[in-house]
Amino acid sequence: MADLTSLTLTQTIKALEKKEFSELELNKAYLERIKSINPKLNAYLETLESKKGIPTAIKDVISTRGIKTTAASKVLENYIPSYNATVINRLLENGISIIGKTNHDEFAMGGSGENSAFGPTKNPWDLTKVPGGSSAGSAAAIAADLCTFSLGSDTGGSIRQPASLCGVVGLKTSYGRVSRYGLIAMASSLDSIGPVTKSVEDAVLVLEWISGSDGYDSNCKSKKFTMQPPRLQAGIKGLKVGVPKEYFGEGLDPKVKKIVQVAIKKLESLGAQIVEVSLPHSEYALAAYYIIVPSEVSSNMARFDGIRYGKGRENIGAEVKRRIMLGTYALSAGYWDDYYAKAAKVRTLVKGDFEKAFEKVDVIVGPVSPTTAWNLGEKIDDPLTMYLQDIYTISANLAGIPGLSVPCGFSDGLPVGLQILGKHFDEETILKVGYAYEQATNWKKEKPKI
Amino acid sequence: MRLTKDQVKHVAKLANLPLSDKEEELYSEQLSKILEYVDQLNSVDTKDVEPTFNVSGQENVMRKDETESSLPQEEVLQNASKKERGFFVTKGVFDNG
Repeated sequence: MADLTSLTLTQTIKALEKKEFSELELNKAYLERIKSINPKLNAYLETLESKKGIPTAIKDVISTRGIKTTAASKVLENYIPSYNATVINRLLENGISIIGKTNHDEFAMGGSGENSAFGPTKNPWDLTKVPGGSSAGSAAAIAADLCTFSLGSDTGGSIRQPASLCGVVGLKTSYGRVSRYGLIAMASSLDSIGPVTKSVEDAVLVLEWISGSDGYDSNCKSKKFTMQPPRLQAGIKGLKVGVPKEYFGEGLDPKVKKIVQVAIKKLESLGAQIVEVSLPHSEYALAAYYIIVPSEVSSNMARFDGIRYGKGRENIGAEVKRRIMLGTYALSAGYWDDYYAKAAKVRTLVKGDFEKAFEKVDVIVGPVSPTTAWNLGEKIDDPLTMYLQDIYTISANLAGIPGLSVPCGFSDGLPVGLQILGKHFDEETILKVGYAYEQATNWKKEKPKI
Repeated sequence: MRLTKDQVKHVAKLANLPLSDKEEELYSEQLSKILEYVDQLNSVDTKDVEPTFNVSGQENVMRKDETESSLPQEEVLQNASKKERGFFVTKGVFDNG
C-alpha cells in the first residue's frame, strides 16, 4: 500500500474500481502523508478529516461551504463561506472530497508563494527554494504526492508557473471555459480556474468535471468540455507547432532555454512541424498587464470593508496594498485614458499577435518561466523583478487563451516546464500535444526526495 | 513618472487604505519605479486600435426573471464582526453624536 499516494488521479479511479483499496484507505494514506510532510512544505493551510471520495486540494481563494476560505490573508482568516464555488459543487457531484485548502500568495497576488499571510510554501525539490506562485500550495502538494489533484487559479501564470517550478502539470483554461462563481476575484477580465495534476490525462478529466456554464458567471457560456481517450492519444503527426522568437531572447536562463529547445526537438521527432512565429507586442504585455491587473484589483478589493465579513483594511498585506495603490492611481481622475485605456489598446495588439500566429500554427510552445525556482527571499523586496518572472505567461491571460505547463526536464536538480498555448477554447489540441510529449518522455516518473 | 508622498497619501485616501509613514515612503518609491516601467506603453502606436476590456465576446447576458430562495439570514450574518437584531452594524454615515 505504500505507493497509494504516488498514483495519478486516473490510476486511482481505476484501482478503486478494481477494489484494490477502499476510499477510506486512500484518504487515510494521504492524510498520513500530509501529516508527515506538510510541516516541511506549508502547502496546506487547513486539512480535513476526509474519509471517503477521491481526495483533492483546493486553493484557498475558492469558496467552500462551511470550510474556512482565507485567501491566505489576515483579512479573511476567520471567514467561512455560506456557499460553494461552482467548481466545488461539480467536483462533489463526481465523488471528489476536499482533503484540504492550499496556501498561496495573498488574494492570489504574487509569483513566488511568499506573499501568504500564513508563511511561505517551500518547493518540494529543494526546501530553500520558492515553489512559484500564486498557486504555490496546489503545485507543491501535487509534486509531493499530498493529494490526487488540486485546483488553482491563473490570472497571469498562477497555475502554469508554480506547476513548472514544481515539475507537475498545470492547465490554465480559456477565459469563459470554467465558471468563476465563488472564486474570490482578483482581476475579473483575466481570472481563470484550472487543475494542477500528476499527468495530462488527469487534467483532461478534471476539466471535463469543472467546465461549462452555470448561469452564475455571465462570461462563461461554454459547453462542458469532453475529450475521449482516442482523441487525446491521436498523436501530433503533421501538427504545426509555432515557436515565438520573442520567448527565447534576453532574460531567459541559458540552461532553461536549452532544455526547452530539446523538448521542441522531441515534438518534431514525434511528427510535428516546427514553425517560427512572431508575437511582436510581447515586450509590452507585462506593462499592459501591470496596469490592467492593479486597476481591476483595486476595484475588486473595495468590497473588503470589514462590515459584512472579514476584518478591516489595515489587515491587507504589502503586495495587495501595492496593487490597490497602483490601480487606484491608474483609475483616478485624469489618468484613466493614459493608463487603463492605453493598456486595454495594447491588450488588443497582444491578442491580435496570437490571432495572426494561430492562422499559421495549431499551438505555440516555449518556456513557462525564464528561470527555475529561485531562493526564498531572493526577490521579495523588488516587486518589478518579481513581476518580470511572469513575462511568458501573462500574454495568454490578456488574450484569454488556454495554456498548459508540462514537465520537460531538470536544470541543476530543479524542474523546468514546457508551455503549450492554444487557440481560444482549443484546450483539446494543447492537451493532445502535452500528452504526446509526456508519453514520449519519462519526466513524470521523477519524484522529489522529501 | 515620479509619485510624490503627497500623491501617495491622496491615493491611499481614495482607496480607503490606512498606510503608515514608512509605507507611504516605500510605495512612493516602488510605485514610481513601476510607473516608469509602464511608461513604455507610450512608445506603442495605438492609433485606431480599439481597447479590449473583455475577451469572452459576451455582452448583456440576461438570465430568466425567476425568483430563487436566498440564503437564511443567520448564514448571511455569520461572518459579520458586528450585528444587531438581524442587521449588519456599520459606521454612521452622518455624525449624529
